[in-house]
Parts: sequence; C-alpha cells; structure tokens
Amino acid sequence: MSSGANKIIEPGTHFLMGNEACALGAVVAGCKFFAFYPITPANEIAEYMSVLLPKVKGIYIQMEDEISSIASVIGASWAGRKAMTATSGPGFTLMQENIGYAVATETPCVIVDVQRCGPSTGTPPLPMQGDVYQAKYGSHSEYPIIALAPSSVKEMFTLTIESFNLAEKYRTPVILLSDALVGHLMETFEIPDLSQIEIVERKKPDKETSDAKYFLDEDVAPMPVFGCGYKAHVTGSTHDEKGLRNVEDPVYVDKVVRALHRKIEKHKENIVKVETKFLDDAEIALLTYGSVARTAIHVVNQARKTGIKVGIIRLITLWPFPDVQVQSAARKTGRIVVMENNLGQVVNKVSEVAAKYADVKFLPPRIIGSLHEPEYVINFLKEVY
Amino acid sequence: MKKVRIHINEDLCKGCGICISLCPNKVFAKSEEISSKGVFLPVIIHGDKCIACRICEEHCPDLAIFIEAQDVEK
Amino acid sequence: MDQKHVHPLLVKYARIGAYKQPHCPGCGNGIVAQCMLRAIDELKLDMDKIVFASGIGCSSWIPSPLFNADVLHTTHGRSLAFATGVKLSNPELRVVVFTGDGDSAAIGGNHLIQAARKNIEILTVLVNNRIYGMTGGQVAPTTPHGVKTKTTPYGNLEYPFDLCKLVEAAGASYVARWTTFHTRQLVSSMKKGLLKKGFSFIEVISQCPVQYGTFVGIRDPAEMLHIFRKISVPFEKAKNMSREELEGKIVIGEFVDIERTGLAEAYQRLLEMMNL
Repeated sequence: MSSGANKIIEPGTHFLMGNEACALGAVVAGCKFFAFYPITPANEIAEYMSVLLPKVKGIYIQMEDEISSIASVIGASWAGRKAMTATSGPGFTLMQENIGYAVATETPCVIVDVQRCGPSTGTPPLPMQGDVYQAKYGSHSEYPIIALAPSSVKEMFTLTIESFNLAEKYRTPVILLSDALVGHLMETFEIPDLSQIEIVERKKPDKETSDAKYFLDEDVAPMPVFGCGYKAHVTGSTHDEKGLRNVEDPVYVDKVVRALHRKIEKHKENIVKVETKFLDDAEIALLTYGSVARTAIHVVNQARKTGIKVGIIRLITLWPFPDVQVQSAARKTGRIVVMENNLGQVVNKVSEVAAKYADVKFLPPRIIGSLHEPEYVINFLKEVY
Repeated sequence: MKKVRIHINEDLCKGCGICISLCPNKVFAKSEEISSKGVFLPVIIHGDKCIACRICEEHCPDLAIFIEAQDVEK
Repeated sequence: MDQKHVHPLLVKYARIGAYKQPHCPGCGNGIVAQCMLRAIDELKLDMDKIVFASGIGCSSWIPSPLFNADVLHTTHGRSLAFATGVKLSNPELRVVVFTGDGDSAAIGGNHLIQAARKNIEILTVLVNNRIYGMTGGQVAPTTPHGVKTKTTPYGNLEYPFDLCKLVEAAGASYVARWTTFHTRQLVSSMKKGLLKKGFSFIEVISQCPVQYGTFVGIRDPAEMLHIFRKISVPFEKAKNMSREELEGKIVIGEFVDIERTGLAEAYQRLLEMMNL
C-alpha cells in the first residue's frame, strides 16, 4: 500500500508542534490505521491523524479506551496495515497487557507515549521522563522492546518514521517515548523530498505452504497477514514456529522467550542509535535523552566557554539499551553525569554497564517536572570537575 | 427408504453420551467395556431403527459421529 | 487417527492435526463449533476470507486451533477490539468473534456494547455457560441468583445479565439467543449473522457439565440438553408471560433483525468520497 503522503505533505520548512510532526511522520512512514482514546498531552497527534488519514485511504478510529486502542491497532496490523496509537502515562499503563501480546505474536505497531507527570493522574500537561522502565518492563514476564526518545519537533517526525521502520523490519511493537515538552513544542524543521526517506515494508511469505514457519525466527519470520490464504494462527499463548499453541511442553516457553529476545539482541547494532558531541577531549560526559537533552546541549556550549571539558552522549534509543556506546563514553571520559527529568531511571542502567569504567553521577532537575536550569547544571559540573 | 451408515470416530469420541440420550429411536447404547482411550464409547444396538435425523451428529461436541444416508428404492 | 470415520466438516474445514476438541467431555463448545462450520458450509463461504478472533476462556478455543483459517486468539475480553481493527482494515474479510460470558460480559463488557453501538460488521457468538469454566468454576456475571459456585459458596447474591437485551439496547443489527439443544436454529442464525451488514450477536446458552454441572447437581451433558429444551420459551410466547412465569426460563429466538449501515462500509464510503 503506497503511503500517499506526497499528495498531502509538501517538502520544505514547516513550523509545527511536536505532536503534529509525529502525525506527519506516521503518514510518511505509511501508517494506514490509527486508534486512539483522548488523553493529554497526546491529543494533537490524534486530531491531526483524523484529518490526514482519510486523505490517504487510512483509517482513524476513536476507541472506548486505551486497551481497545492498542488491541485494534494489533488487529489492523494483522490485516496488513501499518498501525499506530498514541497516549500518555495512564493510557500507556492500560496498554501494557496488549503490548506484551504484540511482542509475543510479533506484531509490528507503533505506540507513542507522550509522557506526563505522575504518578496516577498527576499533572497532565507537564513533562516527565517517568515511563522509561514502564516502556521496558510494563507488561508481565520477560520480553524485549524497542523504545526511542525524540528531543525535538524534527525528531518527532524522523523518529516516528524510524519507529515504523524498526517495527516492520523486526515485527515488534516500537515505543516512541516522547514527553509533554517535545509533544507541545513548536519549532521549524525541514521535511526533505519524500523520495529521499527510507521506508521499510514488512517481509511477507513467498508461498502458501502448510509447514511454513511464521514465528520465532531470530532473523524475523515473514508475516502471514490475514486474508491471503496463509491460514495464520496467532496466539498470545506459548506457541511453536507455526503459531500453534503448545502449553504442554515447557521447552516451548524457553523457545518463545529466547527467540523473541534474540530477535532484538542479535540485531542490536543495527537498531541502537546515540548522538555524541565533544566527547573526544571530554573529561565529563553528560548523558541525556529526550527533552532534557535540549538543556544539556545548551549547557555544554556554555560550560566549555568556562573551561570545563564536557561532552554529550544523547541516547536516541533507550531500549535495547546502548551499553556499548555508553561504555565507550565512560572509558573516554571517566566521569558520567546522567541528566533525567525523574528521580533516576536510565542512571540505573548506566551504572550497571559503566560503573567499572567511570564515576556515574545523577542530576535530576531542581523541581521534578520542570527543566534543568542551565546555571544549576553548570554549578553541578563545576563541583564534579 | 434410506440406506444409512453411522460413522463413529473412536479417536475423537470422549464418551459423553449425548448421542445415546438424544437419539429418538434408541439406536445407541453405552459400551460395557472401556476403550483403550479410557472412554465408554457408544455402540450401535439398533442400526436398523436409524432414520438419519442426524440429531446425534448435530449435538456431538467432538464431531465424532456422522450419518451417511442415501435414498434407495423400496 | 481413525481416518475412516472423520467427519466431512472436519475434512473440509479443520486444521490438520487439530481435529480433537480441546474441551471437556460433553462441553457445548464443540456443538457451537460444528454449527459454525455447518453454517459456513451451507453458505459455501471461502474460509480464506474469514477471520476468526477470540479472547480467553473455554469458548475462545472454539476456532483456535480447530478452524483452518486465519485465527486471532487474543487477550482476555479484548477480542472485539482486535476484531474491529481487522474489519476496518480489510472490509473484504468476514470477521467472526467467539467469546464467552466471562470474556465479554465481565472483563470485556464495554467492548461488547461499544462494538454493538458502532454497528461494526462482526458476527459475535457468545457462548454462555454461566460460569468461569477454565479457571475452575468461579461465579460469572451470568450465574443465576442463588447458585453456589467456587467463589459464591453461600449462594450468588447478584443477578445475571440479560445479554441480548443489553446488546439490543446498545444498537446491534441482529440479536438472537439459542441453546446448544437448538442446533438447527443456531445454524440458521449463524448464516444470517455471517451475511449481516452490521453488528450481529448470538448468545448460545451452553452446558458446562464439569464446573456448572457440579454446582447445580447435573453432571450429565445430555440431561442438561434435555433441560434446555424443556425450559426454553420462544420469544413470541414469552412476550405474553409475566416476570414470575419467566423465572428460570430461557427466552429463545431472534430479538433484533434490522438493516443499518455498518461502520466499515460507512468508512469505505467516506474514503471513496475523499479520494475521488
């Protein structure tokens, strides 16, 4: 199915809100199904999708809750469409069971979580990076996930496309872990000629064979989408390579858990992305992601002027965790300061992989839910330096 | 008149007895011996009384019984 | 496998290696499965153009893995939401949901009434055995008042749903109720539901000889079928009966059969209009 995006999206400079850029990115990626339940601060994605999708023969539906939103997205994906949903914290929590289902059934789909302040209802319009662990561990049992963290309106566009590409390539749900700041931010950004943008399509089976293996391949099995005669059997129960339930033999539990894990782990090198700046001569590395990275970049420029040799490692991929890249930054600098808008989530993972190479320190904002003030960060760096 | 053949699949039958009980002409009886699968299968005791109404077939939860019926000249 | 006596419907429509029903001896789910295959056979439908979705519970194993077609065995209560995504995405496909009373009257209750309200072209077959069978016999929102179960050891203090009235009020295009005794009427209703261009709902009162049967003291599935026959009252007759007279009865028949544009068709019309 062609995206049809060139009919409605002009290349060139755009001045948009992050959430709107996300919707445009989805359409460019070929998204043809979007389900949603209203929630702040993700509403603009849905409002724009409801306008855009019918213009490219796509379906927008507002479901009765976030559980059914992700459920219908998974159904749409099996019916052959690229599919997405968007939400924020409370809705993301409701989606967790079916995200686990999407992982287990190897269903490509994209879930945008525009994070807000919690716990519980919290303060809906304020940003927080509280869902990093929920993105990885929110559904029960053991499973891999891919999660990306956009830092700008431009990345709400590009990383939405990247999310679809990864989802379709690896037959997995991908989480775009944005936040209220990036989602509601307005910036200019360039949309290139759409033909220049790489779009990945899912692998489909070559022929209809009754012994075809459509699941549990660490190199990604082709997806037997519905209505094509593949007679697919899709279940969240423990299953074999044909998708048939096997809850008698415990070996299959091991098979499913390991195969799903290896599918992502084996291709980690191609999935993981980080951005580094000034690391070559740096004696401290600021490790950040998402909206907080915006302050960090500003701080690095300021701090360097005062003689502090500080560099940046910005995680674009949060899961699978970029351990090799973080270790490399740790080795280079010997000191890592992790900046997050929470009481310490990614910092735990950084400590786990880099503590033996570097001194790892954590810097939350002065007020959780607000930005780190540059002055406050620079003072902290001076103390560490 | 009908020529009737009753098929009972002994691998699928779980011996629930619905066919025995629902048959209007009492064609079946419960076997007195337990099968190798641990099931008291239905046995045909009055095959000649079968009128091919298919009540047994339609109510079999295991699709383990079906009737083949052909019209024949008297 | 005894190859000589394999039911023609299994040969034609069952997944190879999945002929044996996963349910307990005498369970009504197999009867419902057979009725669906018969309805499909009588309509001569192409199994490759039907998607069967189901949730969690005994009845959700009716199509999974037996039916040799695309099968989406989903999470507890959510099959209708999954099925909505399938139907909207590919309206050419017929979508049939198998669900149970726990699956769609309790945990997925909202999805049931919302799907009926949306009038999405899905046939929902809800097998109501009035108990949670798979988990061991706990009380359900369909368990009659007073009945003792594993979790109502002193009797059920609550009252059961009338699911057909609920779904009718929510806006379904076709609503019917039968029991596993009424196989021919059920096949006929399934055929209507398969062809209906709106939300169709068929409730099948079914026997659970192992769990429900134990609690009400009737462990013989055949006896349960005889009782279903005895206590069933046709819809037309029930209209003239008092609430007291209907106590302990099962009202059977077709309650709703109307024509109203389904959501998938309405969406296709919108897309055609916007992409002229």
